Amino acid sequence: MSTAKITYRKDEWEVNSGMTIRDAIVKVGLDPYAVLALREKKLVNDQTILEPGDEIRLVNVISGG
Amino acid sequence: MKCTKCGATAAIGMPQHRLNLCAEHFLEWVPAMVARTIEKYAMFSPDDRVLVAVSGGKDSLALWDILIRQGYRTEGVYIHLGIDHEGYSDISEEKVRAFANAASAASQGDVSFRVVNVGETYGKAVPDLARTRRGRRVCSVCGLVKRHIMNRVASEGDYAAIATGHNLDDEAATLLGNTLHWQANYLLRQAPVLPETHPRLARKVKPLCHLYEREMAAYALLRGIDYVEEECPFSVKAKSIFYKDLLNQLEHRSPGAKLQFYTGFLQAHEGGLFREEASAPIEKTCPRCGQPTMAEGLCAFCRLWESTP
Repeated sequence: MSTAKITYRKDEWEVNSGMTIRDAIVKVGLDPYAVLALREKKLVNDQTILEPGDEIRLVNVISGG
Repeated sequence: MKCTKCGATAAIGMPQHRLNLCAEHFLEWVPAMVARTIEKYAMFSPDDRVLVAVSGGKDSLALWDILIRQGYRTEGVYIHLGIDHEGYSDISEEKVRAFANAASAASQGDVSFRVVNVGETYGKAVPDLARTRRGRRVCSVCGLVKRHIMNRVASEGDYAAIATGHNLDDEAATLLGNTLHWQANYLLRQAPVLPETHPRLARKVKPLCHLYEREMAAYALLRGIDYVEEECPFSVKAKSIFYKDLLNQLEHRSPGAKLQFYTGFLQAHEGGLFREEASAPIEKTCPRCGQPTMAEGLCAFCRLWESTP
């Protein structure tokens, strides 16, 4: 398996491993400043390189009202 | 990416500060920033009682967590707005309750909070109230109701200040909106500390105003605070989110743009740019609830309920 899974709310994407989480966030159309990445429930920085089989959950950080 | 302080793997990078921190050092850095902000603006002292307005979201719960850990005498207030979309208000209240219980257990002290249920107290939940007010958005009615209740609760207790979880992104978005529309009166009043200009108008402080929203979310996640991740259903298309998005686009081009925008504004304030009119006291009092008002007669909150069928 050479891909990693990215989830954000109800959306899910498969992306190639080997890229940074930041690049993956941009690739799926999200703003790297508007989300944080969790891997195995632990916060990871967005320069982390995606490994094959990684499952990354993105958490929204922007709230309004 | 390595921690600037210890060389361990960084949990978060903050380009605007040219700083990357591991979980351990980040959990030291955020409270230190809050402590500096409280001290810089003389928000309150360790002997004061502070009312923390908690919504169940990351910012207010993180703020409460930091103040409790720093030994401040706090009490939380949760305003149940009656937003029943997917149980939003009930779930938010439950998050606040769970946090308070966990904090009580951890500190071996009583971390108390009170709930003000708008529907039970005033007869209508906020969304229902907003529906009766043509031309007013739910967020506008909600803001008015929350400010009134916070002032009421604060005046009933002996609190030195109401602390809210407004972060730098909130403040910068407000500033951008007010500037785009040249809302001079709002610009005059925007500050980390809103002084007590009337006996029934509590002092309000924003200890998170120098921290990015992203940092507060990271703090809550690293502390294991269980907060409401979903946005308020009424804020999905809020202008504040649009302004935050615009500011983040600036931030991509120029890391620190948001920080510079907001702190530059504060420096202009401190330099006296807005001084004269900002200090004008409010002298009128609502004949019904006793809270201050800018005009003669009922205040905006009492007028809201007066004309509600």
